[in-house]
Amino acid sequence: MSEFKLDIKEEGDVVIISTDGYLNNVGGEKIAEACYEKIDGGKNKFLLNLERSSVVNSIGVSILIEIIEKLQDSDGKLGYYNLAPIVEKTFTIMGLTKYSTVYPSEEEALAGMS
Amino acid sequence: MKGSSPVVELKLPVLPDMELSATKTAEIVAKHMELSEDKSAEISMALIEACINAFEHSQSNKQIEIHFRIKGDELEIQVTDKGKGFDESKVSIPKIEEKIGSDHKRGWGLQLIKELMDTVSFESSPEGTTVTMTKKK
Repeated sequence: MSEFKLDIKEEGDVVIISTDGYLNNVGGEKIAEACYEKIDGGKNKFLLNLERSSVVNSIGVSILIEIIEKLQDSDGKLGYYNLAPIVEKTFTIMGLTKYSTVYPSEEEALAGMS
Repeated sequence: MKGSSPVVELKLPVLPDMELSATKTAEIVAKHMELSEDKSAEISMALIEACINAFEHSQSNKQIEIHFRIKGDELEIQVTDKGKGFDESKVSIPKIEEKIGSDHKRGWGLQLIKELMDTVSFESSPEGTTVTMTKKK
């Protein structure tokens, strides 16, 4: 499996992180590190584009729970789009969809985050 | 008759991301059985979790073994480790409400396997654990 990569951009006050690779502990930690740096800079709205991360494991997804927890301190939001069906099902089973939102597209995600 | 079921066997070393080589095999077996893409993805996800658990239970550099057995329209997968075993009854059902605010956010593997597969059973002893899971076509 090739290295887990992130591409980070901002649309207004929303930080969009596009991932590429297996979302395991290493991938989860990279996402968390990027989010925490932006949170320290005052950001509290994050979208994850998981189009290129169709394989995940529960350890990587558990790290997203840490991000959700951190965002609660600043009334922040976490959303996702471009999820493979199995990834969305995994998020639902683990309960992430109770505290964060899955959107069908970037456009709808940005509208939902505003 | 057990002996007539086609079987694919894998032995994996306890190395990072080695579970992905098991999912590649699962995809090929699922394709051979003409399982849907959704079911194939569910099998792969459950297998990833079973392998991770086996790697963690092993607590050593021993291998884990995986058997894919095609039983008509049902796929049976067994994941075996040579670890110290565990007591399934002592594994609580994880809840995100309890994970948020807790230092322990992991522990979702068994729950995911149970939700994604049709049947799951465990045989565990101080010599190791075998997880047997099935998915119907």
